Amino acid sequence: MNAPHTPLLPGLPQPAPDSQRIFRQLLDAMAQPGRIHALQVAVTAPAPLAPAASAIALTLCDYETPVWLQSAGPEAWLRFHSGCPLVDDPGTARFALIDQPASMPALAAFAQGEAEYPDRSATLIIQVSAFGEQGLVFAGPGIDGETRLGVAGLPDQFWRDWQQSHGRFPLGVDLVLVAGTRFLCIPRTTTVREG
Amino acid sequence: MTTSGYNFAYLDEQTKRMLRRALLKAVAIPGYQVPFGSREMPLPYGWGTGGIQVTAAILGTNDVLKVIDQGSDDTVNAVNIRRFFARTAGVATTNRTPEATVIQTRHRIPETPLAAGQIMVYQVPEPEPLHRLEPREAVTRKLHALADYGFMHVKLYEDIARYGHIATTYDYPVLVNDRYLMAPSPIPKFDNPKLNHSPALQLFGAGREKRVYAVPPYTKVESLDFEDHPFSVQQWDAPCALCGASDSFLDEVVLDDVGGRMFVCSDSEYCSNRQAAGHAGSAVKEAA
Amino acid sequence: MYVAVKGGETAILNSYALLADARRGDTDVPELSVAQIRQQMRLAVARVMSEGSLYDEDLAALAIKQAAGDQVEAIFLLRAYRTTLPRFGYTLPVDTARMGIRRRISATFKELPGGQVLGPTYDYTQRLLDFTLLANGVATEPPAQAEALPADMPRVTDLLAGEGLIEPETPPDGDPAPVDLSREPLKFPADRATRLQNLARADEGFLLALGYSTQRGYSHTHPFAGEIRMGEVALEIVPEELGFAIEIGDITLTECQMVNQFAGSSTAPPQFTRGYGLAFGEAERKAMAMSLVDRSLRSQELAEAIKSPAQQAEFVLSHSDSVEASGFVQHLKLPHYVDFQSELELVRRMRATHGQPTPEEETA
Repeated sequence: MNAPHTPLLPGLPQPAPDSQRIFRQLLDAMAQPGRIHALQVAVTAPAPLAPAASAIALTLCDYETPVWLQSAGPEAWLRFHSGCPLVDDPGTARFALIDQPASMPALAAFAQGEAEYPDRSATLIIQVSAFGEQGLVFAGPGIDGETRLGVAGLPDQFWRDWQQSHGRFPLGVDLVLVAGTRFLCIPRTTTVREG
Repeated sequence: MTTSGYNFAYLDEQTKRMLRRALLKAVAIPGYQVPFGSREMPLPYGWGTGGIQVTAAILGTNDVLKVIDQGSDDTVNAVNIRRFFARTAGVATTNRTPEATVIQTRHRIPETPLAAGQIMVYQVPEPEPLHRLEPREAVTRKLHALADYGFMHVKLYEDIARYGHIATTYDYPVLVNDRYLMAPSPIPKFDNPKLNHSPALQLFGAGREKRVYAVPPYTKVESLDFEDHPFSVQQWDAPCALCGASDSFLDEVVLDDVGGRMFVCSDSEYCSNRQAAGHAGSAVKEAA
Repeated sequence: MYVAVKGGETAILNSYALLADARRGDTDVPELSVAQIRQQMRLAVARVMSEGSLYDEDLAALAIKQAAGDQVEAIFLLRAYRTTLPRFGYTLPVDTARMGIRRRISATFKELPGGQVLGPTYDYTQRLLDFTLLANGVATEPPAQAEALPADMPRVTDLLAGEGLIEPETPPDGDPAPVDLSREPLKFPADRATRLQNLARADEGFLLALGYSTQRGYSHTHPFAGEIRMGEVALEIVPEELGFAIEIGDITLTECQMVNQFAGSSTAPPQFTRGYGLAFGEAERKAMAMSLVDRSLRSQELAEAIKSPAQQAEFVLSHSDSVEASGFVQHLKLPHYVDFQSELELVRRMRATHGQPTPEEETA
């Protein structure tokens, strides 16, 4: 538990309306992959979580969702505000909070769902360094044609790994990429190529 | 009756979170039916509890809600659901499609084209498109896993052999994103083309059967057909008797007991907008 | 000229007023109090609590009053309230061997430790209308002071188990926490804990008919009422801050353990098998029917041929809930103009071509 000299940081200022607002942004982001949203709620995130990552975690996690944390730090805060169980095995987590993508496990290490229940799969919240305008071309449901954008801070093999994961559809993980207070979603249906 | 003591939009926050997680997965796997812990709602199962739970999970204070049943804002069930959210969530409601951010519907898609940023919420009585051919969910889940829809094609083809055309007129099955067979809810097949590549997000809630599913914007939604029997929609011999529209779904109105009848738009908002803009159908011209 | 129907809201508000008036009836007759319903219609209250999945006699009585005595409507009201309640924790499993017994009977043994206790039962009433009740008369004889019953009455199935004659009751591997069907959707195949949970919430009439069908040869299970007991059991929780169990109160339960003959299979010797029923309050018919259906639903695990409705788990479990069934059957009175219009158009078109050769015949 927390040491007495580090009091727990607060959660969402107004949990019900804030989580509704954040969820609607997430829903829009998942429905329109690559579209960037800016967090509209002020959250003081516990290190090493980015503000958007912590706000999204509080919006979606509770006692029914096992969470895998890549780095130590936010355990007590997360447990207190969401009640979510923390797990050591990434394969058993519904949500994973990843702050060091360079050293993250392969996408296949997370729950992929089952053939008859592909929804029983993990959502990965990955912190990247920045979003840009060029470098990647996204296509798939939710995208009218193609959309271009850049993501800085992911390891070289990441998008190759992603395309392999895409090939397992309808199994697979879904991504929320976070850069500070901004975020976007990439569901398993999205194809990503460099260009 | 009082609504004090209940949460915003009725559902408790934990239930909303559970639904929200299910909806995100539904969007990520277009057309796939995500099981969810459907709750008893203060309206009966079969009366829109799935749509109501989806709407309750997404609705915020800034939303503007439109509710239609059979295309009309004024049928009792639509009125009742709109009252429910006005009371429990205090949201603004509207009859006007372009003003709505969330449109909950039973059995129709508005004639006014939907726009990017809007969310359609469909009430679904029977989410499983294969249920008439195979009632066991344990089996239909396997068929979906294998994308084995031969069953459905055989059924449609038998119709053609017997009647010369496909004898399904509403809840006409669609294939979403070339992968999942999906029940579009009992909308007339007239509305099926509106599902395809829509700029709006489309969410489907089946409360009694405890499943949600989704079609993201700009997603391919194809009505099943055959090369020699392409999909076609209903057509009427005459335009709407009130507004003269020839591009809308028409309801038959029985006027007397000696065969008198007329056809009018099922979408009451579309019809009244057209009349307000000066369009007139045969019944209006006769009365003038 | 034709004008589309408006004024739905006014019509709805009017229907509320009419309903309230009809529920109350003649105001010259004194209004029923919730306390009267709770005290004097306790079997109705028990059923609403069981199928409403909420043990609260006052709220169940309120629901019965509000529903004008319609049980299925009252169950629905209680469920819709229950679903909004926060959860503070889960109780420990109740131990019916430690029940404060008010009724206990066995059809399998004449004499057994603790004896047979008839308790309050309609079983041996002679079903003659009692006209003293019509005149609001009172019972003339107060019940005789019963002698205290032993605190521990062993369950009949435990006696059989001592001899190895009945299958052992062993939890599944790892003793997993049961699914909470009020929070998670039913999935197939459903394990026994999930099935029992579904049956406990199931419509009594549906279970009664299904249980009856097994007795008429639609998957006969050779049942004997091993034991039926009714009384009070203590509810215990373990608060996280205390770390040990404390009692939070008593509830009334009816339990039925059906003992069924089983000829054995390649892996199991001949022995008796079990069917189990449990319901809130005094609910003997429900508990017995439930135990018959539970046993039938175990056909697959016992390698019995599945031929009858009561053995088909998905069929039984998907249709057992009165709130779901009542809603969907009655939804047919909602407008279906659009669907019907689509069908009208189709039927007219098919009638127009009726009698002409079909494409199949043309190609033949």
